[in-house]
Amino acid sequence: MREITIPIADETIRSLKAGDTVALTGVMMTGRDAVHKWLMDTFINKTRQPQGDDLEVYEAIKKILDHGVLYHCGPVVSGIDTGDYKFVAAGPTTSIREEPYEAAVIKHFNIKGVIGKGGMGPNTLKACQEAPAVYFHAVGGAASLIAQSVQRVLGVYKLEFGVPEAMWVIEVKAFPVIVTMDSHGNSLHKSVLESSQARYRELIGA
Amino acid sequence: MQPDLTQELLELVRLTATSLPADVEQTIAAARDKEDAGSVARSVLDTILQNVQMAREHSTPICQDTGTPIFYVDIPAGWSTREFRRQIEAAVAEATRRVYLRPNAVNSLTGKNTGNNLGDEYFPTVHFHEVDGDTVTVRLMLKGGGSENVSTQYKLPDTRLHAGRDLEGVYKVVMDAVYQAQGKGCAPGFLGVGIGGDRGSSFYAAKEALWRTLDEPNPDPELDALERRITEDANKLGIGPMGLGGKTTVMATRIKAIHRLPACYFVSIAYMCWAYRRHTMIYRNGQVEYK
Repeated sequence: MREITIPIADETIRSLKAGDTVALTGVMMTGRDAVHKWLMDTFINKTRQPQGDDLEVYEAIKKILDHGVLYHCGPVVSGIDTGDYKFVAAGPTTSIREEPYEAAVIKHFNIKGVIGKGGMGPNTLKACQEAPAVYFHAVGGAASLIAQSVQRVLGVYKLEFGVPEAMWVIEVKAFPVIVTMDSHGNSLHKSVLESSQARYRELIGA
Repeated sequence: MQPDLTQELLELVRLTATSLPADVEQTIAAARDKEDAGSVARSVLDTILQNVQMAREHSTPICQDTGTPIFYVDIPAGWSTREFRRQIEAAVAEATRRVYLRPNAVNSLTGKNTGNNLGDEYFPTVHFHEVDGDTVTVRLMLKGGGSENVSTQYKLPDTRLHAGRDLEGVYKVVMDAVYQAQGKGCAPGFLGVGIGGDRGSSFYAAKEALWRTLDEPNPDPELDALERRITEDANKLGIGPMGLGGKTTVMATRIKAIHRLPACYFVSIAYMCWAYRRHTMIYRNGQVEYK
């Protein structure tokens, strides 16, 4: 298991290979469906004008995401009423929903790692080769366990998207992940898809 | 006078969200033992089992996606379903406040999360059934979004899959569904299969099928054989835990067949993730029991 701290240098990313187990330490941010759409529409494609605190939030997250990590996660958080936030359950959500956006988001913010589950598609794999960046797979549903690696909740942006969809800024220690898409074009998801396809064809007699 | 079961229902919600049923945990442990030492598959299942124990111990959600709370309620004649639903809603809202549940009810048009897991008459989902006697049985299933996204429905005949209107056709479409899902439903999972119905009842039957416990065979020998064949063959695909490769992709298949229209032959697959959260509450004469 390799211990890696965030922010992550390009050379560190290039040294990672699909299959490597990693323990991540540092500050990261959550972001899923609503966030990706908001980023794409407001700052990348610019099909919508920034409103309210959009620009302020943008400036703040730019710093977190530069050489940083984005975590596809909709956590269970206690203390919503008091503001004394604690992560109670925080496993990954299925990443493939963000495939239409991720390559652009990785490049725009210079993100080095995307954490999620189930892998991502060819556009993201290509962006990982170019950026460079990697996809880190966290165990789906290991919610209580992963919440334990969150030392502190530093803050939250866009809580109006709802608790699952907001941008939670968290400090983590030894967050366990597996590199399943590296910066050299290798994807464990692609290889499992291919081998399972061959066996599937055999079974149904295609 | 109908009793107020809000507190008892709250405990059912807490139990379902935080304590994985024993038969499911044992099945996952058996799958773990089958994987090679040092493999990614084994380490994923080890992590899952560790998480299951931690969640039970600390009374925290097993998975952060606590899903749609789906209640199946058997009530005696004369009980008010409206009152019972009010109590269920109060229990769900309180469970959300206590972070046993994540707020999951999102307005589809505005994108606004209601914050308390209450949203129209479909959220939470409550099915009522009147029964003889004076025992109330409440079954609760939490079904998450990841597994819902890889759940799917076919109509037979299916040209692409060369699947006709028979159990061989059912086999082919279910295998296709498992192949398409890869690891995205948080494999290794369970399959609830509904044969027949209209578009709605077909899926309802598929989810109902999931309630049969893991040691109960299908009373229909043909379906029982098909269930075992699907599970065995799904595992030959080698998709494995989280779709990262491995020996177990599907831990059990459960089929329920209902009547259909002459023109329609639907096969619905309700994919259930490894975090197969279901519990039962039995209330009778002031006594409550949880299973």
